[in-house]
Amino acid sequence: MSGPARIGGNGGASLRFTFDGVEYRARPGDTLAAALLANGIGRVARSFKYHRPRGIMAAGVEEPNALVTVGTGGRTEPNTRATDVFVYDGLIAHSQNRWPSLAFDVGAINGLLAPFLAAGFYYKTFFGPPKRWMFYEKFIRKAAGLGPAPTAADPDHYEHRSAFCDLLIVGAGPTGIAAALAAAQSGERIILVEQDRVVGGSALADGASSPDDAEELRKAGVRLLTRTTASGLWDDGFVTLAERLTEPGQSPPPGHPAQRLWHVRAERILLATGAFERPLTFAGNDRPGVMLSQAVRTYIHRFGVLPGSCVVIATNNDDAYATADAIAEAGGKVAAILDERAELSAIARAAKARFQIHTNALPLSTKGDAHHLKSIEADIWTERITFDADLLVVSGGFTPAVHLHSQAGGALDWRADLQAFVPGASHQAVTSIGSAAGEIEPIAPPLTGPLAHPKSSFIDFQNDVTAADIDLAWREGYRSVEHVKRYTTLGMATDQGKTSNMAALARLAGAAGVDIPQVGLTRFRAPFTPLTLAAMAGPDAGGHVAPSRRLALHDRHMKLDPLWLPLGYWHRPRAYPLAGENLVQAARREAHAVRTAAGIVDVSTLAKFIVAGPDAAAFLELVCATGIAKLAVGRGRYTIMLREDGMVMDDGTVWRLAETRYLVTSSTGGADGMEAHLSYARHVLAPTLHVSIIPQQEQLAGIALAGPFATEILAELIGAAPPAHMGLINATLASVPVLILAASYSGERSFEVYAPGFEAGPVWDALEAAVRARGGYAYGLEALDSLRIEKGHVVIGAEADGRTTADDFGMGRMQRKAGGFIGAQALLRPALSAPGRMQLVGVEAAEPIPEGAMLIARDGAPVEGHVTSATARVLGDGSVALALLVNGRERIGETILASSPTRGRQVRVTITDPVFYDPDGARYRD
Amino acid sequence: MMRIDCPHCGQRAQAEFTYERTLDSVVTVEMVADEAMRRLYERANPRGLDDELWRHSFGCRQWLVLRRHRTTHAIEAVVSFDPTVHV
Repeated sequence: MSGPARIGGNGGASLRFTFDGVEYRARPGDTLAAALLANGIGRVARSFKYHRPRGIMAAGVEEPNALVTVGTGGRTEPNTRATDVFVYDGLIAHSQNRWPSLAFDVGAINGLLAPFLAAGFYYKTFFGPPKRWMFYEKFIRKAAGLGPAPTAADPDHYEHRSAFCDLLIVGAGPTGIAAALAAAQSGERIILVEQDRVVGGSALADGASSPDDAEELRKAGVRLLTRTTASGLWDDGFVTLAERLTEPGQSPPPGHPAQRLWHVRAERILLATGAFERPLTFAGNDRPGVMLSQAVRTYIHRFGVLPGSCVVIATNNDDAYATADAIAEAGGKVAAILDERAELSAIARAAKARFQIHTNALPLSTKGDAHHLKSIEADIWTERITFDADLLVVSGGFTPAVHLHSQAGGALDWRADLQAFVPGASHQAVTSIGSAAGEIEPIAPPLTGPLAHPKSSFIDFQNDVTAADIDLAWREGYRSVEHVKRYTTLGMATDQGKTSNMAALARLAGAAGVDIPQVGLTRFRAPFTPLTLAAMAGPDAGGHVAPSRRLALHDRHMKLDPLWLPLGYWHRPRAYPLAGENLVQAARREAHAVRTAAGIVDVSTLAKFIVAGPDAAAFLELVCATGIAKLAVGRGRYTIMLREDGMVMDDGTVWRLAETRYLVTSSTGGADGMEAHLSYARHVLAPTLHVSIIPQQEQLAGIALAGPFATEILAELIGAAPPAHMGLINATLASVPVLILAASYSGERSFEVYAPGFEAGPVWDALEAAVRARGGYAYGLEALDSLRIEKGHVVIGAEADGRTTADDFGMGRMQRKAGGFIGAQALLRPALSAPGRMQLVGVEAAEPIPEGAMLIARDGAPVEGHVTSATARVLGDGSVALALLVNGRERIGETILASSPTRGRQVRVTITDPVFYDPDGARYRD
Repeated sequence: MMRIDCPHCGQRAQAEFTYERTLDSVVTVEMVADEAMRRLYERANPRGLDDELWRHSFGCRQWLVLRRHRTTHAIEAVVSFDPTVHV
């Protein structure tokens, strides 16, 4: 192309847009690609690997070359196909993968380095000295790439919407429209989706579509969604549709979403997705000015743009002759038609009067400068002839768009007459129609002879994969198409090889000396075209990313202005700093108060279940590894639950509230899993037991009161004697009925006070006032953690990491010898009692111990364990930590290195018993 | 996303259900250790139909058995879990 290309001038171009900072004008209805061509801009991009100048090859979503960045700030959308953006007033587009400018690109030197960037280059750099990859990595990362992702937050909102229909039709071309109108008479719920802004599909290329079609469809009762892409076809007729309500980079009207992702469940699906035209393989087939035949016709008829004035057409089919006529009608000169076929068809013979037609003619190579195509060298019979031209139209036949059919698990059948795969059997109610089903012009097998310049003959334009790369992969022993794909990155670009697939298979089949179906085909995956992350996230962004669970006592905590800690969906106070305190200081003060006076902590998030019924004890003995049956009414006990593989799943306490009624507590983080686990045990493993399980996590708020003054505080507030250790009573506190469990997690005398969530406020107030009156404080999770580490209590997720048994914790004897609980059989596995297991120990040092540090004898020695939780001592100096260490219990008294390379710290620690504080429990026992 | 025909609630989206395990990997506490370990670690994983235990977690919360094809995901039958039949 050599100048503005709008047929009859650029009249009516009322929309302003900029490309690389230069302002141009577009007509309403123009795609960015049409507007760029109309303004005489043929080169719009640099290629992925070699930075070769690239132009516009297609007119639809299959465009491999013309990727641009559209929009600014948070509305920046990189890697957008210029053929898939409709120009709006004020659109800002930039070319990509070039520095400092599209015209002068330093990276184009990669083109000279092409021999080093062939297939498998990255892979090969991984072998040999590691420095080799380190050297190339910087260079490759800078050179190979697409547009950078935006860093600013997206200001727009996105919607998800569900719909149901009897019939979903994908593609509003002539076939899809006819099918929709025919089906509409039945009165069924029909959704017709079209990724373009207007209906018409392939008819738009021939100027044959009617603007009334959309109106007719709507009148017939069809729900027509334009600018909507059927992105994924999943199981049981579930389809995701991506609807663009605004163009990339465009601000939506106030209150409107930018995009809408539809979740559609369709009883039946018709795929009228059409076919993609194939390019031809020759040297320099990627140059700006080489375009697909139907695309050229589309630019002429739909957009009034003639992308070249002196044209050569290379084809293997009749369809390109319609393009020749369109070019001639639009005032262009068709210098020659190079027809690959030896014998002309009737249509081609009829065209002989109008055009210079060569049979047995193949394009060999192109010449041009960075902007323009200049000439084409062709192989005609035995001659080489050069034609001057500024546009080379290519048509290698058509490939049915079978992507959605394949996504849905449908088989693909080879049709030798079409040299294409067509949809085969599908186990879903999915049917392809029209050209998607193979109603396309037959072509002869492509010639797979030697190419003049395979290293500049591109197969996959977007990922810069050449014919030479595929040949190389074959020579290096890659036989499966799946392996060739990964080795060469063929078809792995954002276009998923829409234009390159068949050429690649043909090349591979040629190298292997087999037919294309023997080479095979990779499965197509969603999304059909790139989908923005924002559309997928929909409304689940910002504060809506996850649900937020608030404690019943949330407002009481707010008054104390705590530091919050998100734990799962819960938000819990981490510490309550006084003026001027940081987290560490606040937690230290709070923990100190618990050891010396009193403190209260919100433990409402613990999982709680009422287990009731005549078989309640039998059920609990199924899920708990510890003895339950002998527990007396009014007493409680620590317990552990195992997974079926014998590892510790969770721990907690069991309380016998009445003869056949128990309360079970377990960890916060495992609460949902425990609910499912108990239901599984109840309904699947023990269906005959008479027992009910009632989850109480959110019904009961819990406050733990701990410290030397806990007993007298509680006695004063309930007007009665508090229960003995591991006992329970019902009482009234601040006029609220409460359940009091005497259990100690902190290592001090402690009571858990449970009240209905909506009545817990006054209980907290009364406890807090009493605690403060004795010099104590409310304490948060940070202090709680310090207290329990000192006491040697394990935590699910830290010490119980899914690989540890009760015996590893020194709690093996708590498990019932007779078995009969979940996980009991697995404990018999020899490896679980073999020497060399990691066991729970304590480690101590004068200086802070890094959490997560590995335990090693010396630098470079094998890792023997790791620190699971660490804290400074609450009373006194120094640090203590819990750790898992190989044969740990035999090694008490030894020293070992706790090494954390990520923090650059190494501490020599002494191995101890895991209970650092009050090992006999004298502080809480009666 | 599959569509599962819950015998209690009717056709619902897969997102409402939780997969538990195949029926042949249910381990009861009565089983001897060898049998239990075989069921846990040596599953059939057939390329074809299999019986699976699911729960309608965000619906009726009942336990269901799906007879489902491993490659096509086609669901042949959905019935309530029945301990007298399924274990």
